[in-house]
Amino acid sequence: MLKASLYQEEAPPSPLQQTWLEFSKSHTAFFGLFCMCFFVLLITVGPFLTPYSPLEQNTDALLVPPAWTASGGIDYMLGTDALGRDVLSRVIHGTQVTLGVSIFLVVVSMSIGIVIGAFAGMSRGVQSSILNHLLDSIMAIPTLLIAIIIVAILGPGLVNSMWAITLALIPQFIHYTRDAVRNELRKPYAVAAKLDGASKSHMFLSTIFPNIVEMLVVRGTQALSTAILDISALGFLSLGVQAPATELGAMLSEGLDIAYIAPWSIAAPGGAIFLMILSINLVGDGLRTALHNRFLH
Amino acid sequence: MITYILRRLNLLLFTLLILAMASYWLVHAFPGDPIANLSGINYTTAEQKAYLDEYYQTDKSQINQFIRYLELLWHGDWGKSFVSGQPIFDELLTFMPASIELGTYALILSLMFGIPLGFWAGVKHGKATDYSILSLSLLGYSVPVFWLALLLILIFSLQFGWFPISGRISLLYDIPTKTGFIVYDILASNIPNKKEALMNAASHLLLPTVSISIVTSTIIMRTTRHAVIEVLSSDYIRAAYAKGLTNKQVLLKHGLRNALLPIIPQIAMQFTTLLTNAMIVETIFSWPGIGNWLIQAIYQEDYPAIRAGMLAVSALVVVFTVLIDMTHKVIDPKRMHYRRVKS
Repeated sequence: MLKASLYQEEAPPSPLQQTWLEFSKSHTAFFGLFCMCFFVLLITVGPFLTPYSPLEQNTDALLVPPAWTASGGIDYMLGTDALGRDVLSRVIHGTQVTLGVSIFLVVVSMSIGIVIGAFAGMSRGVQSSILNHLLDSIMAIPTLLIAIIIVAILGPGLVNSMWAITLALIPQFIHYTRDAVRNELRKPYAVAAKLDGASKSHMFLSTIFPNIVEMLVVRGTQALSTAILDISALGFLSLGVQAPATELGAMLSEGLDIAYIAPWSIAAPGGAIFLMILSINLVGDGLRTALHNRFLH
Repeated sequence: MITYILRRLNLLLFTLLILAMASYWLVHAFPGDPIANLSGINYTTAEQKAYLDEYYQTDKSQINQFIRYLELLWHGDWGKSFVSGQPIFDELLTFMPASIELGTYALILSLMFGIPLGFWAGVKHGKATDYSILSLSLLGYSVPVFWLALLLILIFSLQFGWFPISGRISLLYDIPTKTGFIVYDILASNIPNKKEALMNAASHLLLPTVSISIVTSTIIMRTTRHAVIEVLSSDYIRAAYAKGLTNKQVLLKHGLRNALLPIIPQIAMQFTTLLTNAMIVETIFSWPGIGNWLIQAIYQEDYPAIRAGMLAVSALVVVFTVLIDMTHKVIDPKRMHYRRVKS
């Protein structure tokens, strides 16, 4: 590409570019990113491509094995379940629900958590110390346990389980944001901004936030894998998405009854969850290493 | 040190009080009559209502009621289950040990595998061994625990028929329940074929334990590896080498002990994760534990049981976390100093 500038300048790469350069050095992380893009593509265009509706029952084709076995057919790539529904279509629709809902939940709880965490980090005194202790005790409890308890209170259902997981994820983000803000406030550049007379909101928005946002994104990927695990676990326990709706965890628990004659009905949804979480963990790990290396230089 | 322990105990009591308050609030938040939710008795006559009012002091102020509630909690009167009609505290005492037992064995198993593998990977940092252990750990870390349990059942129970699918022990053995911990109960009992019973219980235990310990062992492995890498690059290790100690001496005398320190807080974190995973796996293996019980209670809208189960599980988690935290401080007082400097 031709540069507009006449001078042979060598601009140092921006922090974001540096992170990208470090990130793309790792092949596994890159592979994870590729898988993650595939899943995101799948949930956006996949439902238009599925050959069957996820609820369409074909009584002539019950428990058809996958296409690569002797008795399977190309009509049903991953076979059918006990009601004659196409497993592939159901997995794609289920992925849409599981991953889509998880991304939504993480974005919502991340924004709420960052706002509260920013206020907690910028303020001092008794309130923040009480918040500190409370958060420490809440952080010790796994999100799934909190989610199960909240679902127990609210009652089963998709919307209730979404509330439960959001509420369970928020404390983590508050904690991380608060700690990060505290750490940054001690650094010289923050002190300099303060001496310049920056207001608190300006301090956070234009001085501190740009420096912690990448760390928060890493936390976000971790929370995303937690959210996927939690929502499918709740679906599996029939506490989340209810029966006819497609969700990977709920599909697993439906497949449980026929697992011994139709192992593909639990292999496919479980494998999808596994691949999703694996790719997200790969990206998260790669991103963390990239940030770590960038700060080392 | 003593101030620290007092502060922690203070925090523990405060948290438990908040949990009790939350469970008391639940009595009113759940649909239905608060007195029925509190006692687990669906009263029919006015006399019964008057008696329950008197017993729970529901005619007095909220503060009186709460103090009475705490009193009853302390005395082990947690109300009755809607479904079984049994006192909930007794039910908890029979179901809780089964889950704790499962969690404990899984924790031991994951420490047994996680620490040596992590140590090995840390020592071989940057070599092929390290990378293969690391990628294995990533696989184990990403696998959903309920799917893993199903796969294990499919392979080892249905395909090969090596292990039983469900339950804690074959019905052939009649083990008198003393503590609820099956292995201890078998050892303490005087049934004729103790050895066979023990083997049978172990074969029932194996699949659930393995399926919940895989995730935890990978996390412990990663922590150990990280700690080992950090310790090995520290100055005192270089000093130990400079003294002329052999590789083995340095690793065992200076490396291992310091690298194991960060594992201790992990044990607390992982025990709670194990307990949660155990709750899911219990429903798959029909393990008569607290998770299975709580989830049944949710299906059946058994409000007294949900309230009590939530209180019991969260109290257990909080107590365990604080205890481990204090042990860590006793073993590693250096950390306290750090924290004071930092904040």
